Amino acid sequence: AENEPPWGTPCTQLLVFVATPGCDGFPSLDSKESYKLSVSEGSLLLSADAVWGALRGLETFSQLVDRDENGMYYINKTEIVDFPRFPHRGLLLDTSRHYLPLRAILETLDVMAYNKFNVFHWHIVDDPSFPYESLTFPELSKQGAFNAMTHIYTASDVQMVIEYARLRGIRVIAEFDTPGHTLSWGPGAPDLLTPCYLGKDPSGTYGPINPILNSTYQFVSSLFKEVSIVFPDFFLHLGGDEVDFTCWKSNPQISAFMKEMGFGDDYKKLESFYIQRLLDIVSSLGKGYIVWQEVFDNRVKVRPDTIIHVWKENPTPYMEEMANVTKAGYRALLSAPWYLNRISYGQDWMAAYQVEPLKFEGSPEQKERVIGGEACMWGEYVDVTNLAPRLW
Amino acid sequence: HLTVTDPMAILKADEVWGALRGLETFSQLVYEDDYGSFLVNESEIDDFPRFAHRGILLDTSRHYLPLRSILTNLDAMAFNKFNVLHWHIVDDQSFPYQSIYFPELSDKGAYSYNHIYTPTDVRLVIEYARLRGIRVIPEFDTPGHTQSWGKGQKDLLTPCYSGEQPSGSFGPVNPILNTTYDFMTKFFKEISSVFPDAYIHLGGDEVNFDCWKSNPEVKEFMWKQGFGFDYAKLESYYMQKILDIVSTYNKGHIVWQEVFDNKAQLKPDTVVQVWIQNNYAWELSRVTGAGLTAILAAPWYLDYISYGQDWKKYYSVEPFNFPGSEKQKKLLIGGEACLWGEFVDETNLTPRLWPRASAVGERLWSSRSVTNLQDAYERLVNHRCRML
Repeated sequence: AENEPPWGTPCTQLLVFVATPGCDGFPSLDSKESYKLSVSEGSLLLSADAVWGALRGLETFSQLVDRDENGMYYINKTEIVDFPRFPHRGLLLDTSRHYLPLRAILETLDVMAYNKFNVFHWHIVDDPSFPYESLTFPELSKQGAFNAMTHIYTASDVQMVIEYARLRGIRVIAEFDTPGHTLSWGPGAPDLLTPCYLGKDPSGTYGPINPILNSTYQFVSSLFKEVSIVFPDFFLHLGGDEVDFTCWKSNPQISAFMKEMGFGDDYKKLESFYIQRLLDIVSSLGKGYIVWQEVFDNRVKVRPDTIIHVWKENPTPYMEEMANVTKAGYRALLSAPWYLNRISYGQDWMAAYQVEPLKFEGSPEQKERVIGGEACMWGEYVDVTNLAPRLW
Repeated sequence: HLTVTDPMAILKADEVWGALRGLETFSQLVYEDDYGSFLVNESEIDDFPRFAHRGILLDTSRHYLPLRSILTNLDAMAFNKFNVLHWHIVDDQSFPYQSIYFPELSDKGAYSYNHIYTPTDVRLVIEYARLRGIRVIPEFDTPGHTQSWGKGQKDLLTPCYSGEQPSGSFGPVNPILNTTYDFMTKFFKEISSVFPDAYIHLGGDEVNFDCWKSNPEVKEFMWKQGFGFDYAKLESYYMQKILDIVSTYNKGHIVWQEVFDNKAQLKPDTVVQVWIQNNYAWELSRVTGAGLTAILAAPWYLDYISYGQDWKKYYSVEPFNFPGSEKQKKLLIGGEACLWGEFVDETNLTPRLWPRASAVGERLWSSRSVTNLQDAYERLVNHRCRML
């Protein structure tokens, strides 16, 4: 009839039903993110097994709401059953190459939630700067940050990020990358890094963490003890990428150690020696770990529940690497084709979209070991002035 | 001329435009020490630009740019001593320029009512630029790049044919109708009075001949004019008439290089903008060899982003690296960094354009011998922080 409004009964509430309580907990790799959304006349219902699914459903719901030319908000009759294909959907931010103010990180977490990302991989320190304010070793950021007053993350900053993320169903996985990528650790932790030699004398420059000193392992133990407490997620990312052996090779004490241990000329063995001890330390702290692929490539003995992070495109094509990693029984994360810091002209989103993470030869069990991937925004050319338009 | 001594600093210039440049330099000399005091070192500076035309091209057709975006950019330009805003204001995708004589152009051709530049907006840009010593040169690109014009101006564009029937789509401006030139006469009269600069950019690039070739009336006209099958002649015929129209309004003109390449009869005071990357040095030779003034844009298409420190390749361009006499080199009056808008809007304009364009700014202002990349890097880092 003519007097009937063009729309159905106005809907004023969305009922949210969550089967298992858990609002106070932290999301994990095993969190259930599935949800059902039912929209019909007079009834809007969102149901999920866990609160994390409800968050995803709310996001979807917000995307279904549209506005007509008269300004009226409406939603179409809809039935949705949704769940993620991969449980680990992450984004890496690098706060060492350039410091990112808190607001940039929080804003990123918001946009991650709009896109159903559920892992914030915080590559917090690296060669250029050490912005993480450690309670146990305050000198690290005092000496290693770009500016110890303005370019640091205090304990409360870190807690704010973790809580802000949690409320959006996002896990925060911190990466303290060692033994390479650690130049900024040196000023605040004398004797941690390997002194490089020019002939018989120290050259004045430093290399990766010194793997032959007991003090190194005491330091690492204490630092990771703190990090394990500060960051509640089960997993820590331990790095392990791009270790440059030049400095180790130049150092006479290290050469002596190599001989003593019977490593010969194979510095990969020395790297493995360090990494294994690091992994044992972190395990004993009750954490699981993610490592960059070099740790796997260099045949370090790792726990079976280690997650290998595939990032290199050569010499082994990344799909082949994914096959190798999963064949060896490890779980894998894919990042290689998703280095968003490598900008290029035009609609490069298409290349990222067309990546098929399971496009490799392997058994169904292997394929199941691919738990997801991460888009990486390395910070060499990124800071708060260009982060958002470059990433999204 | 800037002298900084105790007890005061003196800035002298022949004209106020020099004073503006000097003030920018002076602001860069001031620095803060560890205690928060502002200091400036005793200095004596004699400065002048190497090239007179130092421009930035903004494209407000592929994506509309709100006024504040344009004004912020004018500020950034002033920090880098750029002195020309080449406003590529309309194109195929949209027509945001609100014309007084032809309001339908933006009514029908803009993305929406919210995506237009009113006469007030335009005046604001011109004045904001003027106060910074920046000329605003508008570009109304024809006969190609005009799809959006056809929405508000019936019969302006050439109807394309599919066999014997109009296909429903349209091509470049129709060069065979008198109505076209009546329209252009009136339109450019308005443009000439709205934009005070002595020059107007008339475009003339990338004209696709397919539509003209398909149209029987155009074909007949070609035959009557004795152009045969050489559509470049038809393009030149059109461009020449437009150039003549614009000349009657006492405006100089700048055109893209195709107008020259396709052998239109150009008056000696026409400026040719060289934009095609392939062999641009040779093009500069040819243009200046023909006695025409040239502007270089080809190596400075900043919309072509790539990973890493690409500012270095923009910085390393030496505009005079082309075969030619002293006299020819004098005809190269400058260049422009272009930020085409296919993938640019206000959400990413500023970080995409700056500070990469600063490399171009220095190349166009500073002496030929200022080429050290390491030194430029250090100064650029400081300059960027200043701009932020």
